[in-house]
Amino acid sequence: MNIMIVLIPGALCLGALGLAAFFWSLRSGQYEDLEGDARRILIDDED
Amino acid sequence: MADIALNDGAGCPSGLSSTGSAPVAAAARSDLGAFVRRAPSGLDTIELMVSGAKCAGCIAKIETGLKQAPGVEEARLNLSTQRLRVGWRPGASDPARIVETLTALGYGAAPFDPETAQAVVDEEGRRLLRYLAVAGFAAMNIMMFSVPVWSGHDEMGGGTRTLLHWVSALVAIPAALYAAQPFFRSAFRALRARRANMDVPISLAVLLTLSTSVAETLQQGEHAYFDGITMLLFFLLIGRYLDHRLRERARTAARELLALQATTAARIGADGHTIAIPAREVILGDRLLLAPGERAPVDCVIEQGVSDLDLSMLTGETLPQARGPGDQIAAGSINLAHALTVRATARADESAVAELARLIETGEQSRASFVRLADRAASLYVPIVHTLATLTFAGWMLAPIIAHALGFEMAAIGLRGALMNAVAVLIITCPCALGLAVPAVQVVATGRLFKRGVLVKSGDALERLAQADVVIFDKTGTLTLGKPRLRSAPDPAALQAAAKLARASHHPLSRAIAEAAGVGAVADTIRETPGEGVEGTLNGRRARLGRRVYAAPEAKDAADGAPELWFALEGAEPVRFVFADALRADAADVVRALGERGLEVELLSGDRPVAVAAAAGAAGIKRWRGGLSPGDKTARLAELRAQGKRSLMVGDGLNDAAALAGAHVSASPGSALDVSQAASDIVIQGALLMPLVEAIDVAKAARARALENLRFSAIYNLIAAPAAAFGLLTPLIAALAMSSSSLIVTLNALRLQLGKAPAS
Repeated sequence: MNIMIVLIPGALCLGALGLAAFFWSLRSGQYEDLEGDARRILIDDED
Repeated sequence: MADIALNDGAGCPSGLSSTGSAPVAAAARSDLGAFVRRAPSGLDTIELMVSGAKCAGCIAKIETGLKQAPGVEEARLNLSTQRLRVGWRPGASDPARIVETLTALGYGAAPFDPETAQAVVDEEGRRLLRYLAVAGFAAMNIMMFSVPVWSGHDEMGGGTRTLLHWVSALVAIPAALYAAQPFFRSAFRALRARRANMDVPISLAVLLTLSTSVAETLQQGEHAYFDGITMLLFFLLIGRYLDHRLRERARTAARELLALQATTAARIGADGHTIAIPAREVILGDRLLLAPGERAPVDCVIEQGVSDLDLSMLTGETLPQARGPGDQIAAGSINLAHALTVRATARADESAVAELARLIETGEQSRASFVRLADRAASLYVPIVHTLATLTFAGWMLAPIIAHALGFEMAAIGLRGALMNAVAVLIITCPCALGLAVPAVQVVATGRLFKRGVLVKSGDALERLAQADVVIFDKTGTLTLGKPRLRSAPDPAALQAAAKLARASHHPLSRAIAEAAGVGAVADTIRETPGEGVEGTLNGRRARLGRRVYAAPEAKDAADGAPELWFALEGAEPVRFVFADALRADAADVVRALGERGLEVELLSGDRPVAVAAAAGAAGIKRWRGGLSPGDKTARLAELRAQGKRSLMVGDGLNDAAALAGAHVSASPGSALDVSQAASDIVIQGALLMPLVEAIDVAKAARARALENLRFSAIYNLIAAPAAAFGLLTPLIAALAMSSSSLIVTLNALRLQLGKAPAS
């Protein structure tokens, strides 16, 4: 069961990483225009 | 109202129709310069509300189209809010050119008042999302440690279990204390005001559960509720966030409606030049230029000029009134004929509108007695849960003593056991389902209505709408389009001849003739006499179009009270044109649909009784009254309230604002004045009234769903609470019960999305 000493912090770190990623996306305004962003992927880049 | 550009939806490359698009009401024709701001990047920027943008094609068309325009450096369209931000190098372009470019692309645009539309970042929403994310992270990670504890129930050694509990505690304590902040704050506020709300038992449950679970872990006990408490916070925060989003969306939409109506005034400077200023900057005594087609921004008195004024927004009267020097003009009147020089007699916030504000306020107070469904549930719930938890604790403490006194043997579970059971009651009854029951339903319902062009300003508006049993319509601009249409069909030659004069005038009756006749030429040497008519020459013959006494004094008065114009061509018999205020296309259908739903319909109007009778007859409304003042309308509402009836007021004008605020629930069309929209709960976009019927149907369905959800929560608590009180609850059962009940309530709310819309 010694493996748990590695697994528990590892799992928590991965979770925290996800949380940090969410905070970053929130702060950089990625939820401001959900509808527009969903449709922008259909626009071909001209340049 | 003078439109800047309103060719809704014509530009969408996918040809998507414009029903239910975000609102773009007509903004006053004004100098757009007042809306430009200098950005920190050095560019001049303007925020525009775009109508007709629907798809990816629209985004690309607008953004690339604008960026190709000279001087434009930046263009970004937000499809969710329909707002477009354009930036250009100072001097290289101007807002009028940008609006023109947009119009050429096929989209309507109206400016935002930079102050009212200031991009207010939804701070509260972001904070709630952070709490939600932390609670979700904690709940999922702790579940990872809880599942082994549950599944390894018999084989797992006490040491491993305690280790997993400690790791859970390490995550749960900081996360729960952080994520529960909104509940702590709200509970603290309530307690300080010596009240109890739903957040008091929640806060208590969080604190008690955390401390007893730590105590359990310290004593290497079996039951720790770290998973339960974080999951509980996670579900509660979802409900809280949904509720917030609902209110925030309504608030934003209301703010945008106001921003759209932002008016400017043309101030005449000492040197005789006019400059555009925002209406709220007008000060007492300012001399203003009121151009034809513009709406008076403030109360003022005419200094120079004679013109016809459209007062329909103020009084409900369809026909314009002539006004000259020395006459008062109330804010909101529209100048139809000639430019006027006026002197401001009140500031924008003190104008006629402000007088109505007092009436609006009293009306809103009468509405404050309404108690939201969720609050009623909470007021029942809080005392019951607290009593039950206390009884559980007292019961487990006293039962062994009483049993002993009666001669039975019963093992005492001690302070620790009694406290654990009381906490279990608090956790299991914690209002996850209750907290989600109503907001989930209202979010789905308002979202569905929003797509149909109906803007519901608050969740409780939906609850009040479901209760309405009388519908009261205003006539001008609500049941009708507020625009006269030619009713009699004179011979086409006379119509064409009259149109040559009519095209030169802003008078609504002239406009109706011009509209009926189509595009064509204008007569020579036109002269308009306000309040009388238009005069000109047609092929060398003198022609007049106007009132009977002006155009054809010798003709016999028809005396039927209908709006009329006489056209007299030199050497020919005078011709009479008769007009009627055209009903909205679906007005009669809406009245019938309301009747089918058991609602009474009434028509209350400030217009002349003759005109009101005609409109009531055409729409199929049996009860109507004309010639009413704003006070008469509110009096009628009070009368209905005294009879125990709940009224839905539908109106658009300034004369309806007080009635809108005083009714049990109110709605206004998107073309209504800003004060009226501000005073009403529901705003309907588009030219049709049928969405109102759908709103009533959805409101009733939403109420039924919300009641179902509350009933389900009650049943769930009836089963779970006694189980917890008797000590049968384990953390596993608590987790399962909480998540399944929340899920059921949410799924039930989603059923609303499946309902069919009434045929329109």
